[in-house]
Amino acid sequence: MNLSYLLISAALMFLATLVPRFLPFVFIKRKITSPFWKSFLYYLPYAVLAALTFPYVLYSTGSLPAAAIATVAALVMSFFELNMASVAAISFLVAFGLGFLF
Amino acid sequence: MSTKESYLAGLKKAIPVAIAYLAVSFTFGLAARRSDFPMWFASLISATNLTSAGQFTGIELLRLGAGYLELSLAVFVINLRYALMSFSLSQQVAIPIDRGTRFAMSLFLTDEVFALASEKGSALTPAYYFGLSTLPYLGWQLGTLVGYLLGGVFPHSVVAAAGIAIYCMYIAIFLPPMKKHKGIALAVLAGAAISCAMYYIPYLNLVPLGFRVIIAAVAATVLAASLFPRTEEANDEKRHQEERE
Repeated sequence: MNLSYLLISAALMFLATLVPRFLPFVFIKRKITSPFWKSFLYYLPYAVLAALTFPYVLYSTGSLPAAAIATVAALVMSFFELNMASVAAISFLVAFGLGFLF
Repeated sequence: MSTKESYLAGLKKAIPVAIAYLAVSFTFGLAARRSDFPMWFASLISATNLTSAGQFTGIELLRLGAGYLELSLAVFVINLRYALMSFSLSQQVAIPIDRGTRFAMSLFLTDEVFALASEKGSALTPAYYFGLSTLPYLGWQLGTLVGYLLGGVFPHSVVAAAGIAIYCMYIAIFLPPMKKHKGIALAVLAGAAISCAMYYIPYLNLVPLGFRVIIAAVAATVLAASLFPRTEEANDEKRHQEERE
């Protein structure tokens, strides 16, 4: 990773984060009315998070079985609506502990 | 309320968010250290991006040597949810706010700051908003630095296991609303299924990571938006509540 790659990438990440944040607030005065686009923007964050999570969560710790069991734990805890910090912390402990077994 | 009082009220209101940000950015610092990025780079990204999914995905793409187009598009699509919040803020504010101030406010727009700002309704002022943003922003920077520094001290087993934390936070965000909303359930299941298919199926998995995520997310969203279009405005309020998590 050379310096110019990192600097250009940092600038691009900044812009790609900034544009959706400021454009509507600074320039748009009227509401979006199209039901399709409203629905699109509404569902997109959930689909993004799901696509980011699966299957990559399984390879996130270096031990596939440990990560798989920790993922199941996270799914169960989230189903019962445990708060986010607890879900993350407990899953981390599960992955950490099982990492020594597998 | 005076400007100063509004600012201080916002500051106080956002303390829990700042603490949560410390923890999440801590794992970002760890991840950046684990992938051997320089410390200044981790801090630069946290200072200019102030977002979780975009930053984590960004450094993962860079670790794999992604091209600029792939990086920009993937981060843009992941961050498109801010456009919705940004729209919402533009409808919400009642007092006139000039474009320069609006631009400055946009820099600090996150899911949690948006949720707290929404609670104010049309009474939202720039001073209160900047009060809300200050401590979460500082927490995000501090957590990144501490995570990075401790990433070099913690044993490898701890740093490796910490890699799962951000994914579990994503799960904690998308799973609970699936129980109530069929559209969200479909968007999540389809997003996960398409993402897995593109990862495991030969040839499809030659598509770079950033594009795989974009294709899976956009295809799943189009499917959900087509089968379960949303019509009622009333659901928006409920949604803002959910985003706070």
